[in-house]
Amino acid sequence: MSGKPRLYYFDGRGKMESIRWLLAAAGVEFEEEFLETREQYEKLLQGGFLLFQQVPMVEIDGMRMVQTRAILSYIAAKYNLYGKDLKERALIDMYVGGTDDLMGFILMFPFLSVEDKEKQCAFVVQKATSRYFPVYEKILKDHGQDFLVGNSFSWADVHLLEAILMVEEKKSDVLSGFPQLQAFKARISSIPTIKKFLEPGSQRKPVPDDKYVETVRGVLRMYYDVKAN
Amino acid sequence: MSGKPRLTYLNGRGRMEPIRWLLAAAGVEFEEVYLETKEQYDKLIKDGFLLFQQVPLVEIDGMKMVQTRAILSYIAGKYNLYGKDLKERALIDMYVEGISDLMQMILMFPFSPPDAKEKNLESIKDRATNRYFPVFEKVLKQHGQDFLVGNKFSWADVQLMEAILAVEEKVPAVLSGFPQLQVFKTKMSNMPTIKKFLQPGSPRKPPPDAHYVETVLKVFKK
Repeated sequence: MSGKPRLYYFDGRGKMESIRWLLAAAGVEFEEEFLETREQYEKLLQGGFLLFQQVPMVEIDGMRMVQTRAILSYIAAKYNLYGKDLKERALIDMYVGGTDDLMGFILMFPFLSVEDKEKQCAFVVQKATSRYFPVYEKILKDHGQDFLVGNSFSWADVHLLEAILMVEEKKSDVLSGFPQLQAFKARISSIPTIKKFLEPGSQRKPVPDDKYVETVRGVLRMYYDVKAN
Repeated sequence: MSGKPRLTYLNGRGRMEPIRWLLAAAGVEFEEVYLETKEQYDKLIKDGFLLFQQVPLVEIDGMKMVQTRAILSYIAGKYNLYGKDLKERALIDMYVEGISDLMQMILMFPFSPPDAKEKNLESIKDRATNRYFPVFEKVLKQHGQDFLVGNKFSWADVQLMEAILAVEEKVPAVLSGFPQLQVFKTKMSNMPTIKKFLQPGSPRKPPPDAHYVETVLKVFKK
């Protein structure tokens, strides 16, 4: 293993994207190994690389970490993006839980039928604008600070920006009722590490397409229909 | 707020049960408020108690905490059940997240349509015996210690214990191929706080029944 973390996943967003965001935000360079074939995946399985037979898997600090949330928590703590004490960590965990639920509705999107995609799109926008965005809008308004927690850049900020951009890809004016979030988006996007990640040529992955879906289905032998919410 | 944490949820396991387990394992007494009607739930939302309009809600240390994982992490951190350093925490998080995926299948089971129940039960059995239990069997065999991480009782042990009992309720002989887990289960059952939680009259909730399912559907009806 080189010094850098090494990410094992498909060449696409999925569950790995939040990890890419967080490493990038922390200014950590990382390598990636893309799963393209069933054989590659079986080789990882047989080699005992995947604790629960699943990806994401991240080789970091001598560990083969799996479970997205575990990986993100480790990175956040290691790079001081997890607040200064237990209570700030609790807030960050709560906020990240919300944006995780929201992004979860988008995660399955590429695997839906065409009609279900339309339904799910409306569902995502409705949840974003009525359940999630108002919460973060209020938090920012109430304390008037630049960052969500403890007046300090944290995992919660990275995750919220990622969620905002993902929902905007479905409805470009979704932030129109949320002035605080608009300002937040501009502010966080201009942080040097994040700005770099948002530029072409970075390791940020594009919106998943049919080829991505095909690869995932083939590697995981996941041929069943995914249902909309 | 009294000194004790206050849990708001339905009178049943659901997503609150791991929190009851962890508080009990830590020897922390807590109070409970049970949601029985849609009106109660709507009022909680209207009064701004539920950050994302959802339960579980745990009032603890001046916070109104939501998001199951956030609550569990806070309790584990506060009561020293989260390992001694970042790497132990990483292991605990990995184990807990894996078990949580298995528990999710059990959580959803009562709500699956009748014609899917047999298939779902098979899935639970398959995942438990082929994906999750072998991992923990191996962890325990390799280090030969009583606890999963760092030779010390942690959140991971509590979560695994809860999962073993929950799967056994559905698949009684599930531990037959797992001698280490059988020993683990016995050891955990004998820890004073857990032993107390496993006795009748504790805050532990029974397996979900038809009445519980009915209440869930009624309270959360859109």
